[in-house]
Amino acid sequence: MKSLEELRKLRKESLDQVDMRRSGKGTRIVVGMATCGISSGARPVMMALVEEVKKRNLQDVTVTQTGCIGACRLEPMFEVYRTGEEKVTYVHMDAEKAKKVVTEHIVNGKVVSEYTIGAYEK
Amino acid sequence: MVTVSINGQKVEVEKGSTVLEAAKKIGIKIPTFCHDERLKPHGSCRICVVEVNGGANLPTACVTPVYEGMEVETESEDVVTARKEILDLLLADHPLECLTCEKAGECVLQDLCYQYGVEETSYDGARNHYEIDQSNDFYYSDQNKCIKCGKCVMVCDELQETHAIGFAERGFETHIATPLERGLSESTCVSCGNCVSVCPVDALGSKKKTKFRYWEVNKVRTTCSYCGVGCQMDLLVKDNKVVEVQPADGVNDRMLCAKGKFAFDFLSHPDRLKMPLIRKDGRLQESTWEEAYDTIVGKINSIKAENGPGAFAGLTSARCSTEDNYMMQKFMRAAIGTNSVDHCARL
Amino acid sequence: MELYRSHILVCGGTGCVSSDSLKIEERFKELIEKNDLKDEAKVVKTGCFGLCEAGPIVIVYPEGAFYSQLKVEDVDTIVAEHLVKGRIVTDLLYKESYQEGEMQSINDVGFYKKQERVALRNCGVINPEVIEEYIAYDGYEALGRVLSEMKPEEVIQIVKDSGLRGRGGGGFPTGLKWEFTAKAEGDQKYIACNADEGDPGAFMDRSVLEGDPHVVIESMAIAGYAVGANKGYVYVRAEYPIAVNRLQIAIDQAKEMGLLGENIFGTDFSFDMEIRLGAGAFVCGEETALIKSIEGKRGMPVPRPPFPAVKGLFDKPTLLNNVETYANIPQIILRGAEWFASIGTEKSKGTKVFALAGKINNTGLLEIPMGTTLREAIYDVGGGIPGGKEFKAVQTGGPSGGCIPAAHIDTPIDYDNLIELGSMMGSGGMIVLDEDNCMVDIARFFLDFTVDESCGKCTPCRDGTKRMLEMLDKIAEGKGTPADLAKLETLAKTIKNASLCGLGQTAPNPVLSTLDFFMDEYEAHVHDKRCPAGVCKALLNYIVIEDKCKKCGICAAKCPVDCISGTKGKTVYHIDTDKCIKCNACLEACPFDAIKKG
Repeated sequence: MKSLEELRKLRKESLDQVDMRRSGKGTRIVVGMATCGISSGARPVMMALVEEVKKRNLQDVTVTQTGCIGACRLEPMFEVYRTGEEKVTYVHMDAEKAKKVVTEHIVNGKVVSEYTIGAYEK
Repeated sequence: MVTVSINGQKVEVEKGSTVLEAAKKIGIKIPTFCHDERLKPHGSCRICVVEVNGGANLPTACVTPVYEGMEVETESEDVVTARKEILDLLLADHPLECLTCEKAGECVLQDLCYQYGVEETSYDGARNHYEIDQSNDFYYSDQNKCIKCGKCVMVCDELQETHAIGFAERGFETHIATPLERGLSESTCVSCGNCVSVCPVDALGSKKKTKFRYWEVNKVRTTCSYCGVGCQMDLLVKDNKVVEVQPADGVNDRMLCAKGKFAFDFLSHPDRLKMPLIRKDGRLQESTWEEAYDTIVGKINSIKAENGPGAFAGLTSARCSTEDNYMMQKFMRAAIGTNSVDHCARL
Repeated sequence: MELYRSHILVCGGTGCVSSDSLKIEERFKELIEKNDLKDEAKVVKTGCFGLCEAGPIVIVYPEGAFYSQLKVEDVDTIVAEHLVKGRIVTDLLYKESYQEGEMQSINDVGFYKKQERVALRNCGVINPEVIEEYIAYDGYEALGRVLSEMKPEEVIQIVKDSGLRGRGGGGFPTGLKWEFTAKAEGDQKYIACNADEGDPGAFMDRSVLEGDPHVVIESMAIAGYAVGANKGYVYVRAEYPIAVNRLQIAIDQAKEMGLLGENIFGTDFSFDMEIRLGAGAFVCGEETALIKSIEGKRGMPVPRPPFPAVKGLFDKPTLLNNVETYANIPQIILRGAEWFASIGTEKSKGTKVFALAGKINNTGLLEIPMGTTLREAIYDVGGGIPGGKEFKAVQTGGPSGGCIPAAHIDTPIDYDNLIELGSMMGSGGMIVLDEDNCMVDIARFFLDFTVDESCGKCTPCRDGTKRMLEMLDKIAEGKGTPADLAKLETLAKTIKNASLCGLGQTAPNPVLSTLDFFMDEYEAHVHDKRCPAGVCKALLNYIVIEDKCKKCGICAAKCPVDCISGTKGKTVYHIDTDKCIKCNACLEACPFDAIKKG
C-alpha cells in the first residue's frame, strides 16, 4: 500500500462487493463462523448452503463467513442480504433448513418466516 | 537525594533506593525471607510489607522505591496483622519439627514466628507431601519445608547461571523442582551449594557428618584454600572441628563452589599429612621439618652439580595463594636457574 | 407525574406539519375526549423523526407502532382499533417496519436496540478472512490518515481527548499509557496486545479477533507510529484456535498488501508483528506475567514499578493494551475524540462489550454505551431472567469482580461505580444470578478458579486463597463456625492488601462482596445449617410430604441408592436422609409434587 488514494480506490471497489443494500448486486449469504457458531454446527450449514447454491447453479449468490454477531444462543445462524431488501436473520439452522432457505428464499424470493429470528423470539 | 520518614524518623537516601534500604540506613529492621540485594527484585514472600501513608495496599519494602516526603510505618497494626497472617499461612503447610530440624537456631521462619508470637497455624487444611530428594551427595532438598521464597531458583539462574532448578506446578502445588522432576543427580546441578546457603529454612540443607546446633558453633572467617580466588568463608567450628562452611562477603560476593562449600572433611581426616615423610628403607617415615629441608637441599645440590639446572622442573598447586606461587617461580628461576615451571590450574 | 396507558407521538416537524400533521393531532385529541380516554392516552407533539418521506408520522407507545403517511380519517380507525380495542392497525404501519407480521432481521430484536457497536462494528458483518471487506468498511483508513497527515503527538492527543480507558480490567487512561511509552527512553520499543482472555464465560476479545482481526493490526500499527515502535506482539491463548488462525491470515494479508512491513503508505514508518501463543495460564493476562511469557519465561508477575511503559518486553519500553481497547482506536481516529467522548459517562467514555451469561434469556455478546444501567443491560438487552425467576445479583469482572445485588440494579455501568460496589469492570464478563443461586456457592466457584490459577509466587495468593476456599467448603458443608466467618474476612483483607499482582489483590472480591451483600446467606449456612437457595448439597434434605404422597412407589423405583422405603399402595414412602445422595431423581420423578427439598 503506497498511498491513501490507493487504499480509497480499493475501498470503493470492495464496497460494491460487500454492501448489497447500498450498491451491490445479487445475494450474499453470511454465516456466523466464530467459535460459538462452529461449535453449534455452523460448518455443515455452510457446506449445505455452498452445495445447494452450486447444485442449482445460482448466479450472483455468494456464501461467505463472518464473526460473532453476539446472539450466540441462536447459533448456528446466517443472514441473507439482497439488493434493495432488508437483511433477514435465520437462526438455529441445520443443513436441511439451510437447503430449504435456498429453495424458498433465494430461488423463489419468499422469506422462510418460521426460521427467522422473529419467529424464534415470539 | 530524597528525604523519607520511617516510623517518624527522617532519613535521606539516594533517589531510586527502596524502603528497605532506607530503613536499613537508620537501623530499622524489616523482616525478609526472599530478599537478596544480589538478585533482581521479585517481591515474592510479602513478609516485608509496610504501610505507606496515602497508599491503598501494603507494599513490600524490598521493591518499593522511596519518594520525597514518603511516610512509612514498618510495624503498624495493619502491617503486623498481615505479617502474622503470612506466617500463619506459611506454617499451615510447613511441618513444625523444630525440635529435630537441622536449621533450628538459624531458621528465619522460626525467628519471625518467635518475633510475632505465632505459635502454630490456625488452619487445618490440606498439606503438600513430597519425597525428600537425597540424590545429591552433598545436600538434600526437602520440599515439605519449603516456603517458596524462590531464592534458590534465582541464585541458580542469576548468579550461578546453572539453571538446574525451577518452579513446577502452580498455586498451592507450586514447588521447586529439577527438569521433569528427575531429581538433583539427574539435573545440571554442579553442587555449588549456593542455593543451600540462601535457603531461609531447612528445605535445602547440607548433609551433615557431625550433629550440631547453630548456637553451639564458633564462626571463623577465613580465606578458602582451594584456589587462588580468595573466597571469603566462615568455618563453623564445634569442639575444634569444622562442621559446616558458609560463604561470606568478599571477592566472591557470598558465593562458593562445591569444594569451598562442602569439601572440608579433609581438615580433620586421619590420613591428612601433618609431618613431612621421608622414604627410608623403602618406606615413607615421619620425620622433622629440619631433616626434611636438609634432605631437599642436599638432593637439589647434588642433582644440579651432576646434571645442571635443566634437570629440574617445578610444578605448583592451584591451592596455593598467588604469593606462594610467585615465590615458587622465583625460587625455580633464581635459585635453581630453570624456566621449567608450571601450575596445575594451567591445564 | 400522571401515568398514561398510551402515548401518541405526533410528528410536529416541518415535513409532517406541511402534510397536515397538526390536523391529525387535533383529531386524536378530539376522539380521545369523545371516547373518554383522556386519563389513559396522551397526545404529544414531537420533533422530526427523520423519516419525512413517510410523513405524517404517528408513533403509539408502548407498542411502538409506527404509523406513516396518515390521512386525517385514518385517525378514527387508529383510535377505534388500537386505542380502544388494543389491536394495531397493521395496514397503516410503515411498510419497512412490518413484513408479514414478523421481525425478520436481528436489528429489529430488542437485544440489538440498546446496543451501540464500536469495537464490534464489523463483527457479524464482514468476512474476517478477506482484507478487502475490512477495507470496504473504512479499514486501514485511520492508519493511512495517521501516517500521511498526523504527527505522533497528535495521535496521542486524540486518544487522550477521547477519554478511552483500558478495557482489560484496570481502566487506566489509554492516552496516558501511550504518552508514557512515547516519552520513555529506549532505542527499541514494542507494542503488545493482550489477547489472553481468561475470565470464565468471557469471550469479548475472542469475538473481535475472530470477527474483525484487522482492526487489531491496524490499531497496533497506529500505536506503533504514536509511541515510536516498529514491532508488535499479540499474545493469544492457544485455546482460541480460530482466532489465532484468522489473525495469522489477517497479518499475512496485511503484509502482502504492504499494510505491515517496510515504508507503510509510502512513509518512513515500518511496522511488523507476530503472534505469541499462551499456554492457558490465567495469570498470563496480568501484564508483567504476559511479558515474561512472551520472553519465553515462566508466566509469573514481577513487581511494578518499573512499569512496562518504561521497562517491558526484553527490558524495553512496551505499550500493552488489550484487544477491545485497540478495537476502539481506528474509530476514534476516524470519527474524532469528541464523538467518542460524547458516548458514556463523565469518567468512562465510549462503549463496553460484555459477555452476558448465567440466568439470562439472551446469552451472548453485547456492546452498550458506558452509563447504561445494569437493569437495561439485563432486562432490555438481555431479555430478563428465564422462567420468571427473581433476579438476585449480577457478577461482573470475572474472578476479580464481585456480586452486585438487586438493590443496586439501577446503577449506571462505569469503572468507578462498579468499584464502589466492591466489584469491577474487569474485561467484561457479566453473569446473572437468580433466586436459585447460592451466594456461598458462587463465591466458592470463583475462588476455586483463582486457587487453580494462582501462579504460586507470593504467599497471600498461593496459600491464602487455598485456605479461603477450604473455609468456604466447610461453610457449604454446614461445618462452618461464626469464627470462620470472621477469619474469612480478615484473611480476605490480607490477601487483598499484601498480594503481589492484580490477580491476588482482587481474588478475594467475590468473597468480600458476597459477605457484604449476602451475609444473611452465609449466616443461614453457619447458624441454621441451611442453604436458602437449595444448592449446597450437604445441607439439603429430601422429605416426602405425607399428605401429598399417593403411595405409588415411583420415587423408590427411581432412587439409585435404594434409600426410599414404603409399600406400594399401602404406606407413605420415607426417605432415609443418611443414605440419600441428593441426586434429585425422586423429586423429578414424583408425579404429585409430594417430595420437597430444603
